[in-house]
Amino acid sequence: MGAPLIGARIERKEDYRFLTGAGQYTDDVVLPGQTHAVFVRSPHAHAKIRSIRKDEALKKPGVLALFTGEDLAAAKVGGLPCGWLITDVNGQPMKEPAHPCLAQGKVRYVGDHVAVVIAETLEEAHEAAEAVHVDYEVLPSVVDTASASSKGAPQLHENAPDNTCYVWAIGDKSVVDKAFAGAAHVTRLDLVNNRLIPNAVEPRAATGAYSRADQSYTLYVSNQNPHVERLLMTAFVLSLPEHKVRVVAPDVGGGFGSKIYIYAEDVVVTWAAKQINRPVKWTAERSESFVSDAHGRDHVTVAEMAMDKDGKFLAMRVHTTANVGAYLSTFASCVPTILYATLLAGQYTTPVIYCEVKAVFSNTTPVDAYRGAGRPEATYVVERLVETAAREMKLDPAEIRRRNFIRSFPYQTPVALCYDTGDYEATLDGALKLADVAGYAARKKASEAKGRLRGLGYAAYIEACGIAPSAVAGSLGARAGLFEAGEVRVHPTGSVTVFTGSHSHGQGHETTFAQVVADRLGIGIESVDIVHGDTSKVLFGMGTYGSRSIAVGGTAIVKALDKIIAKGKKIAAHLLEASESDIEYDRGVFKVSGTDKQKMFGEVAFAAYVPHNYPHDKLEPGLNENAFYDPANFTFPAGTYVCEVEIDPDTGKVSVERFTAVDDFGKIINPMIVDGQVHGGLTQGIGQALTEGCIYDKDSGQLLTGSFMDYSIPRADDVPSFKVDTRETPCTHNPLGVKGCGEAGAIGAPAAMMNAITDALGVKDVPMPATPQTVWRALQNKKAA
Amino acid sequence: MHAFKYHRASSANEAASIVARNGEARFLAGGQSLVQMMKLRFVSPSDLVDLGSIKDLAGIKADGSGVTIGAMTRHAEVAGSAEVRKAIPALAALAGTIGDRQVRNMGTLGGAIAHADPAADYPAAVLGLGATIHTNKRKIAADDFFKGMMETALQPGELITSVSFPVPKRAAYMKFKNQASRFAIVGVFVADTAGGVRVAVTGAGPCVFRSKELEAALSKSFTAQAAAGVKVSDKGLNKDLHASPEYRAHLITVMAKRAVQSIA
Repeated sequence: MGAPLIGARIERKEDYRFLTGAGQYTDDVVLPGQTHAVFVRSPHAHAKIRSIRKDEALKKPGVLALFTGEDLAAAKVGGLPCGWLITDVNGQPMKEPAHPCLAQGKVRYVGDHVAVVIAETLEEAHEAAEAVHVDYEVLPSVVDTASASSKGAPQLHENAPDNTCYVWAIGDKSVVDKAFAGAAHVTRLDLVNNRLIPNAVEPRAATGAYSRADQSYTLYVSNQNPHVERLLMTAFVLSLPEHKVRVVAPDVGGGFGSKIYIYAEDVVVTWAAKQINRPVKWTAERSESFVSDAHGRDHVTVAEMAMDKDGKFLAMRVHTTANVGAYLSTFASCVPTILYATLLAGQYTTPVIYCEVKAVFSNTTPVDAYRGAGRPEATYVVERLVETAAREMKLDPAEIRRRNFIRSFPYQTPVALCYDTGDYEATLDGALKLADVAGYAARKKASEAKGRLRGLGYAAYIEACGIAPSAVAGSLGARAGLFEAGEVRVHPTGSVTVFTGSHSHGQGHETTFAQVVADRLGIGIESVDIVHGDTSKVLFGMGTYGSRSIAVGGTAIVKALDKIIAKGKKIAAHLLEASESDIEYDRGVFKVSGTDKQKMFGEVAFAAYVPHNYPHDKLEPGLNENAFYDPANFTFPAGTYVCEVEIDPDTGKVSVERFTAVDDFGKIINPMIVDGQVHGGLTQGIGQALTEGCIYDKDSGQLLTGSFMDYSIPRADDVPSFKVDTRETPCTHNPLGVKGCGEAGAIGAPAAMMNAITDALGVKDVPMPATPQTVWRALQNKKAA
Repeated sequence: MHAFKYHRASSANEAASIVARNGEARFLAGGQSLVQMMKLRFVSPSDLVDLGSIKDLAGIKADGSGVTIGAMTRHAEVAGSAEVRKAIPALAALAGTIGDRQVRNMGTLGGAIAHADPAADYPAAVLGLGATIHTNKRKIAADDFFKGMMETALQPGELITSVSFPVPKRAAYMKFKNQASRFAIVGVFVADTAGGVRVAVTGAGPCVFRSKELEAALSKSFTAQAAAGVKVSDKGLNKDLHASPEYRAHLITVMAKRAVQSIA
């Protein structure tokens, strides 16, 4: 066969279907007799439900059913579970208030699901939903992260005093305090990591169906991990036998984390399908997505770094309050703890670190993992501190990083993780060169001549991907394993279908995974199809998040491929009348070493399925293998980003003039897809820094940025043409040497952006997003000071 | 969206008479604001009277003294019109910055000014150039047309047929966009006309308005420097997530300065 496929810039197999409108998304699934659901949502941030009047709605044309929390309680439908138990500083479990699928007695955020109306048509369901009269007794609300747990704040849940879910900590505080006491310099920053609203292109959607024939359910849902959805729904919410529920996540138009979770709507349409014995379809409107998709970030942090006189980091101390919203979403609890504080060493040898996290409930949409999940927040803390420390100590920001880089691996950090490999100097040097930092002074001068301010900022991020070793995750509170499963089905004529538990919703797995398979087997990529997203086809799967697909899902496929080749060797040995130990497999050909005797891959496959001449005494027919892979460690992608901004002081508008990213993702399968992932991640990271800010009204608790009229996701003209490159230290503990690339851009970009903006403005901090008004205000304040 | 009756009118008179017969009826021009409001259920007209087939309402006519643009002329047509670009380049340029390509292909001049969104672009040109609005009943001077937040001098059932723009000596429009909606946070139309300097501001207040301070300064000296020296009052200006009255007042000066800079 031809050139190696691993490392090739191959155009995406899935793009023809997506670009020609041939994709099949959840809303495209039309089932015979399907009905339409509309959810009645709370218009209040916090209220008691005095009563719900159904009569008028039930009389509306086309209405088939109307269910409320009382109906679900009577049917013993459970609440939504949280998949990660955090144990607090006193050894107590976190507070887990009930999260009912339809509100029971109380609503706790604007958009909270109160009732569902099911009708023949969507319009009829809308008309009837407007006729559901809910009598609310409005209660005072709290939306603000910093004050949610303060004395006198309105209480959301009876079993969560002071709206506190947990106070969790990592590190030895007394040792850290001591290091601070002896430090030559301490840099302190008060940081806010702004709340974000994910906004996948495809809104969430779910269609539930029930079959009386075999008492089975099918749920089509826009979701990143259909097996996890099924497991949580059957085991914890609906108490159904798992084998009677099929979950299909077909083409999914983006997730960014927001479609990992089990949502109330998914449960309700599944349950209701049986009640009315017809399929029930729900597709979120964009305004519904704004209030009901889990949000991201929302931290308030005090961060301190202690240094010696040479800028060597001695200790770090971080206190964070994380807003989890009104209820605990599926993985909400681990994001500001396990996925955040464990990354605070960054790329540096900081010997001692203490981080304390208080998670608070508030009258806002639940917050959970969003592209990066904890790691952007950690990188923001570390990299803003490092850059600020360099400025305060009059050190070059690259130099202060060099003085503190980890240089020998494996490296055990003081915050639990053990980095297997990396070369931080290589990515830093690469970025400085690619960004032409040497020419920056001249560009700054040119900007100044135009009356513009110019700034330069770095971020040297690290992330923990390929989550996760199940035993480690379990010891940290995970209530699920984090392995992945893959199956390789070789057909009689030698083409291959691969079933993977990883889910693709924009990542390009159908191409990347096919490259791995075709490369390993030495067959054409057109002979390989990747199937995912259906619990009735794929044996099992933990799904896609945390940049884990290639590292964990890809490895499971490789393990299955190894089994295919091993069995193929046995078959070939028989056919070639040779000893199995003499058979070599090389790019599609089984050969007897040192001879010209050989069998093609397709011939061996054919023999396995037409086993006329076959070692039946030793081998089963067929060529189909599966594997489960549980990783030995996390993977640790890292890199350096360099951002250059120009600011118009008259308007406060920030223009991103240059953005350079040099990443180490280990071995790369498809550099074109990786470039695309980095571009997308950077754009989202720039969005967080520059344009995106979720804002609730402090008094009413209303979401003020509830549409694209006020919530600004970045557009093409907000970002420059990115300069990206990679360096490679292969991961040491998976056979492909891969680390994952999906989140890096969103992790590193905000810190680089804000370091550049604060540099241009000559101020210590500016809150994200640095909108024109915010930047202009910062300049006015500086002038006034 | 609630159900409604759809009518396709073949003349302005027919359209007006259908609306007159149905109290909750609305004219449908390009539908770029009305249809969105209907989808969000903010408005629920009983009837929509589509003006799209009325030939007389669309088109551009220019002569030496001015340009008359039919109410149903799409933004993209104005932006691309050789006649408008020659006579009043600032007007064509403004039309080319409204919304996005889809909006410009559907949205109309008449619809935009009848709707009178506080952040719409066209009202700045209409007021800044001192245009005349022609309706099926009368002529209205721009200075008398815009009355308040989404409020105009139009009476119920009154239909804009065209707008006549006098040709200025020079004019320019500068806007500072809301990052999210891309509507104007502040848009300033500066025109040096036969009748003096006119400065119209959109986005900043509840309704497009003329800045007397800027007009006075630019009448004395039509220079960027003169505009930059004006401190605009923030009294009565809009306050929202994206801009305080103080910031908007500041941006009015900046946009005026840049508008003048581009033509002085």
